This record gives sequence, structure tokens and C-alpha cells, in this order.
Amino acid sequence: MGVLANFVVNVLPYITLVVFVVGVVYRIAVWWSRPSPAPIPVFPGQRSVGDAVVRVLADVLLFRSLFRFSGNRILWLGSWLFHISFGLILLRHLRYFLGAEAVPGWVNALQGIGVAAAVVISVPLLYLLLRRIVHADIKWISTPADYFVLLLILSVVLSGLYAKFFAKPFVVDVKYVIRSLMAFQPVDLDKVYLSTSFLVHFFLVQVLFMYIPFSKVMHFGGVFFSPTRTHYFGGESHTKSQEEV
Amino acid sequence: MKMGEQLEKMYDVELKPGAGEAYVCNLTKPEFAEVMATDIPKEPLPDHEMVPVALRKLDRMRKERKSVQLYLDICVRCGACIKQCHYFIGTGDPKNTPVGRAELLRKVYRAHFTISGKLFGSLVGAQKLTPEILKNEWYKYFYQCSECRRCSVFCPYGIDQAEITMAGREVLNSVGLAPKYVTQVISQVYKHGNNLGIPEPAFKYNCQFLEEEIKETTGVDVKIPVDKEKADILYLPPSADLFTNTDTMIGVAKVFHAIGADWTMSTYASEAANFGLFFSYDDMKTINLRVVETAKKIGAKLVIFGECGHAWRAARQFMEAMNGPLPFKFMNILEFTADLLRKGKLKNIDKSRNDDVVVTLHDPCNYARAGDLVEETRYVIQQVCNNFHDMDPSVTKERTFCCGGGGGLLTEELMELRMKGGLPRATAVKEVVEAHGVNYLAAPCAIDKAQLPLVMQHYNIPVQVGGIHDLVGKALILEGQEEFEAKKKAEEEAAKAAAAAVPAVCGLCDAEFATMDECCEHAEKDHKISKEQCDMACEPKEGAGAAAVPAVCGLCDAEFATMDECCEHAEKEHKISKEQCDMVCESKQ
Ligand code: HEM
Ligand code: SF4
Ligand code: SF4
Repeated sequence: MGVLANFVVNVLPYITLVVFVVGVVYRIAVWWSRPSPAPIPVFPGQRSVGDAVVRVLADVLLFRSLFRFSGNRILWLGSWLFHISFGLILLRHLRYFLGAEAVPGWVNALQGIGVAAAVVISVPLLYLLLRRIVHADIKWISTPADYFVLLLILSVVLSGLYAKFFAKPFVVDVKYVIRSLMAFQPVDLDKVYLSTSFLVHFFLVQVLFMYIPFSKVMHFGGVFFSPTRTHYFGGESHTKSQEEV
Repeated sequence: MKMGEQLEKMYDVELKPGAGEAYVCNLTKPEFAEVMATDIPKEPLPDHEMVPVALRKLDRMRKERKSVQLYLDICVRCGACIKQCHYFIGTGDPKNTPVGRAELLRKVYRAHFTISGKLFGSLVGAQKLTPEILKNEWYKYFYQCSECRRCSVFCPYGIDQAEITMAGREVLNSVGLAPKYVTQVISQVYKHGNNLGIPEPAFKYNCQFLEEEIKETTGVDVKIPVDKEKADILYLPPSADLFTNTDTMIGVAKVFHAIGADWTMSTYASEAANFGLFFSYDDMKTINLRVVETAKKIGAKLVIFGECGHAWRAARQFMEAMNGPLPFKFMNILEFTADLLRKGKLKNIDKSRNDDVVVTLHDPCNYARAGDLVEETRYVIQQVCNNFHDMDPSVTKERTFCCGGGGGLLTEELMELRMKGGLPRATAVKEVVEAHGVNYLAAPCAIDKAQLPLVMQHYNIPVQVGGIHDLVGKALILEGQEEFEAKKKAEEEAAKAAAAAVPAVCGLCDAEFATMDECCEHAEKDHKISKEQCDMACEPKEGAGAAAVPAVCGLCDAEFATMDECCEHAEKEHKISKEQCDMVCESKQ
């Protein structure tokens, strides 16, 4: 246990960090560098950078395109709830990264909401999982990786909740771990109380973040590059009025 | 039933894996493969060469096109696109869902080009490429996608399956798996300048023929110029408009005439369409170059693309990027006409001439999703017609459904698939037919005009399919046309009156009368037959009709009020017996 815990707390985080950052940067760099031979916007045909920004933001924040999905607003709701909860949970964790005096008010204010989100997120997660099993067409297109990432996130959430509500770690201990890691100082495991459930949670989170660069979860970066959304009609030659001729 | 309800039901699709395997395009012939701008083998490569060649091409595709790389990477398989594809709705084959189709390529990409695919194989949905995948999956299913881009509208990341299809087809080309239909059409463009392969003399002849037709119906000398050396406007019709959809061409010619435009078509670039879009960037560019060169040569300031959907996409999104910078402006004919109407430059429009039709509009996919063109079409229709009804909003504008024949699939051997793919559009049309008595399906695209009549027939929907400029042509009245029509009408009435003045006989009692009117009166009085039904009783007296017609003597050009008089004259003056009278006397018409 001691060795393993030591590895998860003192070694793995740096590996995770490197894999995640290098991986994500590499993937994004690839997309960034690929050329686009022609503009291929899909209706309504953005006319300017501004149009494209608005369009991408609507997709990122509101999942606007998904909302159009005729007859299935449940997917939109489930998906959106999942992501917004995920976002809130991430933000809530910020406080472990900041010194006590530096935690801004809004992070503190988020604590309650963040915990609620952690509870709520299980519902859309289970829904996303179930629809892959229940609907014949979605089942057909699903690969093992699609179930894996949902199960992984679900286990991250559940282990986190367990750690919080049943094993009850002290905020100061977690904060000490994170802050030490950030300062490149090894954590002395004898000085802190870390429950097994916390260690499991911490481990799973790292697995998730290492997995992200290799997986479809990279869509969080890709959505900003999608040519049908980001391209806009440039070119001076097209006209809608014969008078310009 | 309420609008939208039948559509709603349509989305209950039963999953039928493998249903699409029956549909496959005939392979190209060496003589077509040879002339493609893309360097492709004349026949499919032997199996052992296929895989490495295909992988090399796939690698190039993902490196040359951001869209391909990104869309291979970021799909989360959420399934939002599944029921947006008409070929899935029609066939139920999961490989015909947009995501299912993309996965055919994605699984290969993963196995050969990603770390996770190399490490975990089928666990992450990776599969190594085999000749069978190329032949039985890609070649079939990438030609069961019409590149309509409907999936992209609904995908949370805008993943455009058409981009994957286009890349997949280029890979297929590289191993010699190319369809006959598309390569043949492209080879015809290279040879004759147009898809149908109409040679120059026939093209010009058809334009003359259409000029004559306009003259006959309107009395106006409308020119359809071809190969003028200099012109302000270069017009590119879909070549089918010169043969089958001639009313569209006539409508366009009338618009140009009405504003006195200096325009021409060209026999070197006599085609708006660009099948390169369905085949390869290289061919798309080469085909388009003919247009650009021609426009430069004749000094055109404006290039106008006719009623054709994918032509407009190739122009709108690719022309400038591929063959720019362009020393001219370009637009679609619908933008052109809409602009004229908006500015009141087409003065004499008589909407009531289209009162016989109740119109709905099929948005061509490439107008709506790639061409920024959904308002002009509706505007023009409403300016020239009194009766217009849109289909359910879930299937119009950017959400329009493909006709089922786009993307290079408009070929005989895919007929069954085409009819299945036409189901969503047919369902939507059926709704407006039932709700509003629509009888005219406006489809401003040459592929639609070939495909939709078959679909409507297949699903028993009683509508006529035609272009928008067909309607414009009917409503637009040219200078001199009204006088001509009035004269023609007067002549017709005179002829009728002349016919009425012919001696008549009552079929019921054999009584004879000097005129038809008198006979009809008699029939009403004596036989109780109303005047409307008079023709049941009264007939012109035998031979009288012809005899009463003015005649002219072919030998001396003398004119006579009747044939009889002429014959008498012929006998007397030219010694031609009455039996042989027709040798000299002709009726004056
Ligand atoms: C810009 C940010 C993001 C956007 C716009 C976005 C959008 C979406 C959308 C629209 C879906 C499809 C609907 C669904 O299946 O739920 C989806 C799925 C998913 N997203 Fe995100 N996402 C973002 C960031 C993230 C992040 C940071 C994660 C990290 C865990 C994530 C994890 C997932 C997962 C696991 C799925 C798949 C759900 C399933 O399998 O059904 N997303 N995302
Ligand atoms: S909608 Fe987009 S992300 Fe979802 S399965 Fe289809 S292509 Fe993939
Ligand atoms: S582009 Fe059209 S035909 Fe092709 S997969 Fe998408 S919806 Fe289907």
C-alpha cells in the first residue's frame, strides 16, 4: 500500500501532467497546422470572423447544434447537464490549487453548487450510458471505448463522492498534497491523513486525464477548429447584387 | 393529419444491418479512367497492392485537409446524426448512418495512424485495412452518401460526413475503384464541355431551336447567344436545361432579354455542374478552370451559374480557392433574378399566369447548406406566383432533405437506393399536397429535375416537378409579347368564327343550315340539346370546312375566298381538272 500510495501521490501526478499537456498540445497543434484548401461553412454561411465566433460559442456553451436534433431534446439536456456539471466540478476543485488567502470569493461560493453538481452528474451519466444499451442504432455504433470513458468518469464521480461523504478527508490535507506537488516538494505520506477512497479517486482522475489526449474526449478542443463552423465566406468575387458588377 | 406528423413517423426506422450491400455502382471503364485529371489506375489494383496505396492516399488526405483530420478525431458517437440521413431512413442500414459511414474509414484510420488504435485495436474500434473493406464497405457505402451535408447541421461539432466521403472516394480512386457514371460524365466534360456530352453543333442547334420556340409563343426575338467573342455576362446552364428542362432555359433567356443584358454561353464551358465535387479535388479544379478561362477570354464581368445545386457549391466554395484570384464577380441566377425583381427591373410580371399552379419548394442541399441561398429562391417564387406553400420547417432551408440522387448517385444501377433515399422528401411533399393542394414542386437543380419526378411517381404523389425560372418565364411579359398574343388570339377567334360560319348539318335529323350557330339553335329548340353540348348534334357539313378556307393558286398567286373558287379558276385559266385541283390550289394557312 505504502509504495503504491507513494507512486500515486508523488510520481504519477507528474507523469499525468506531462502526458496530458504534451498530448493535448500535440493534438491541437496537429489540427492547427492542417491546411484548409477551401472554405466549407455549412448554412447559414458565416460571413465574418464575428459570425464564426458566435456560432462556435453557441455550440460550446449551449450545444446549439445538438438542440436542433428534432424530437430528442432529452439528449441535449442530458449532455448539457453532464458537461455543465463537469465544468462546475472542475471549478470547485480549484480551491485545492490555491493558497488559502488566494481563493477568490466565487470559488468559495461555488463549493455548494459544485458538490450538488457532483451528485447531479450521475443522472446524465447513467442516461448517456443507458441510451447506448437501449437504442439499437446507438448500440450498433458504440465501441468499447465509448462505454469505457463513461464508466471511468462515473467511477471518478462515485469515488469522489464516497471520499467526501464517507471517508471525509480534511481540506487542509488535500490542499497540502496538491500544493506540495505544485512546489515540486515530495509529500510525506505520514504527515497527512489520506483515505483509501481518496487515493482511488485521485488515481482515477489521473487515469482520465492521461486518457483524454488519446481519446474522443479531445472533442473539447476540436470543437473550436471545426471547419463547417469556423470557416466563413470570404472572397470578394461572389455578389448578391448585379449592381456591384 | 397535421403537417409534420407523417414526417415524425418516418423517423421510426427499423435497423437492418447489411441492407445497403445490394447497391453498388458499376466500375469505370479504362477509357474514362484514363482521361481523369487525377492519376488513377485504369482498373482495380490487384489485392496485394491495394492496401499500401490506399493507406498512402489516406495519409495524404488527412494531412491535406483539416476537415478530414479533425472529423476523424473528434466524433463522440453520440448518434445525433443517425436519423438525419435519408439513406439510413430509407434503408435502415446502420452503415448508412452518417456516423456509421464515417466509422468505416475511422476504424482504419485508428488502426494505422493513432497510438490508441495501434495499442488497443478493436477495443477502441480500430481495424486494419483489407482489400475487402475497400471493395465491400468503402466502395459501396461512400457511394451511398450524396454529400448532402445534412448530418453536419445536427452534429454538435458540425462533423461533415461529406468531407469523409470525399476523402474516402479519393482513396478509392487511387486503387482503381471508381464508378463508371461519374467518370463518364467527367470525361464528357473534358471532351465536349458539358455533362451530357452534347457536341458543339448540337448545342448551338438547340439554342436556335429554343429561340424559335420563344418566338412562336411570344412573338419576340429573344436571343440565346453562344460563343460570343466578348460579353459582359457568361451564363453557365446545367446542360440538361438545353434538352429536358428547356422551360428553365427559356425563362432565363427571357430575363436576360428583358433587361437587355449582353450575355453569352460558351461551348467550351457549357456546363454549370461540376462532378469533380463527387470525385476528386483535381478534377473539380480542372473542370472549373474551363469556366474561369472562358470568362477571362470573353472579358466577362459577371459569371452566372444556372439552376443547379452542386454546381453552386463548387462555385461558391471552391472556385476562388482553387482557381482564383478571379477577375470577375459571380452569382447564382436566382440571386440575379431576385435582385432584378427587388429593384423593379423586371417590370411586366403577370403573376396570374401562374395561377394554374400551387407551388412548394425543394431546397437543393447545396443551395441551402453550402451556398447561402434560401431566401432568394422563395422570394423569386413569391414574386411570380400567387400560390406558394413551404413544407414543414423541419425539412426546409438548412434542414432540407436530399432528393436522393445527389452526390454522383444519379445512375441507373442505384435506382432502388435512390427511391429509398427519396422517401423523406416524398413524405414532406405529400404533406403539403394534402394540406394545400400543391401541384408544382419547384426544384431549382438539374439533379432534382431528373430524380424527383421518378420519386414522386414512385410514391404516387401527383405533382409536376420544374424549375423556378420556368415560372419566371411564364409570368414575365416581354415588350411586344402582349401585342403578339392579342393578335394571335384575334386570329384564333377569327378562325373559330370562320369555322362557325361553315355550313352545318344536324346529325339527329339531317337538316342543313348555313352556319353552325343556326344548327345549334335548331338543336336546342327541336332536340333539347343545350348550346354547350351542341357538338353532340351538329357537325360541319362534309368538306365544307376545307372549302371555306381562303386559298391561293400556286401557279399565278391569285387569291380566292374559298377553295372551290380557286379550283374553278384553275380549271378555267390553267386547264387543270377539278380532281387534280390540289396540285395547284393550296389553303392559305
Ligand atoms: C468545449 C467543451 C465541450 C463541448 C462543447 C462538449 C460537447 C459535447 C457534446 C455535444 C457531446 C455529445 C453529446 C453526448 O453524447 O453527451 C459530448 C460528449 C461527451 N463529452 Fe464533451 N464537450 C466539451 C468538453 C468536454 C470535456 C472537458 C470532457 C471531459 C471529460 C467531455 C467529455 C465528454 C464525454 C465523455 C462525452 C461522451 C458522452 C457519451 O459517450 O455519450 N467533454 N461533449
Ligand atoms: S452527431 Fe457528430 S459527434 Fe455525434 S455521432 Fe454523429 S458525427 Fe459523431
Ligand atoms: S452527407 Fe447526407 S447522405 Fe452523406 S451521410 Fe450525411 S446526411 Fe447522409
